[in-house]
Amino acid sequence: MNFLHEYGHPKRFMDLSGALLPWIATSAAVLLALGLYLGFNTPPDYQQGDTVRIMFIHVPAAWVAMMAYGIMAVASIFSLVNRHPLADIAARAAAPIGATFTALGLITGSLWGRPMWGAWWVWDGRLTSFLLLLLIYLAYMALNDAIENEIRAARAAAIFAIVGAVNLPIIEFSVQWWTTLHQGESILRKDGPAIAAVFLWPLFIMAVGYTLLFFSLWLVRIRTEIVNRRARSVLGVRAS
Amino acid sequence: MSDFWNQGGYGFYVWWSYGISAVAIAALIGWALASWRNAQARFNALSSTDEETP
Repeated sequence: MNFLHEYGHPKRFMDLSGALLPWIATSAAVLLALGLYLGFNTPPDYQQGDTVRIMFIHVPAAWVAMMAYGIMAVASIFSLVNRHPLADIAARAAAPIGATFTALGLITGSLWGRPMWGAWWVWDGRLTSFLLLLLIYLAYMALNDAIENEIRAARAAAIFAIVGAVNLPIIEFSVQWWTTLHQGESILRKDGPAIAAVFLWPLFIMAVGYTLLFFSLWLVRIRTEIVNRRARSVLGVRAS
Repeated sequence: MSDFWNQGGYGFYVWWSYGISAVAIAALIGWALASWRNAQARFNALSSTDEETP
């Protein structure tokens, strides 16, 4: 909690994020380039053929989509409980990025499903709950924009984000709870990953690259909102 | 080279996936950087007019 108060001050946050951002963004670019190189140099999978390469962008997009929502929900709790303005900014900043990665997860999954399942879309537990995640993101952003009072908007959106977080375990465990066309857990399993190392490495590197890309964009969005609020406060002082 | 574009007969699905992802990510980066530049320019403009005010 002390950490939040120490680095949650906008001035300190701007200094720290300004120093970290070039490193995180550069690491993301290097890892994504390496992941793409490795991904296009793997042999075709014995079942999926070359569509296995879609997995190297589909799985990281889906992972970042869920992680972004988790971050948004935790930031919303801090926003409600601690009334910390930076927590509210952090939650709002994560939403459009998370929504984009959710859409990418759905689109790339559909482009993989057509040749492998013979269908662009099926209403199974995993796909439906993931589509619901996109709708929750869109509703969260709409709610934030619909309420003019900034504090009221932050409170309403924070409550909505926390309630919406119930969808995260549903997405995660949908493949265990229901019979789904979507394959079950294949990486974080008790008896080790069910994927050959030759595919696991590009997947892992792309996942870390996507994660760092998310953090780069998130930090830029938070910094932008802090500057916007500073500008609004300058205008407010002048008006008074 | 044609094998690379063909992707074992799945080129359509592979390249659309990578193409859409690349465009979406490029748009996200462009939007984030443009918003940052606009916010900074607005704040700097306000700060400079503040300094001019006696």
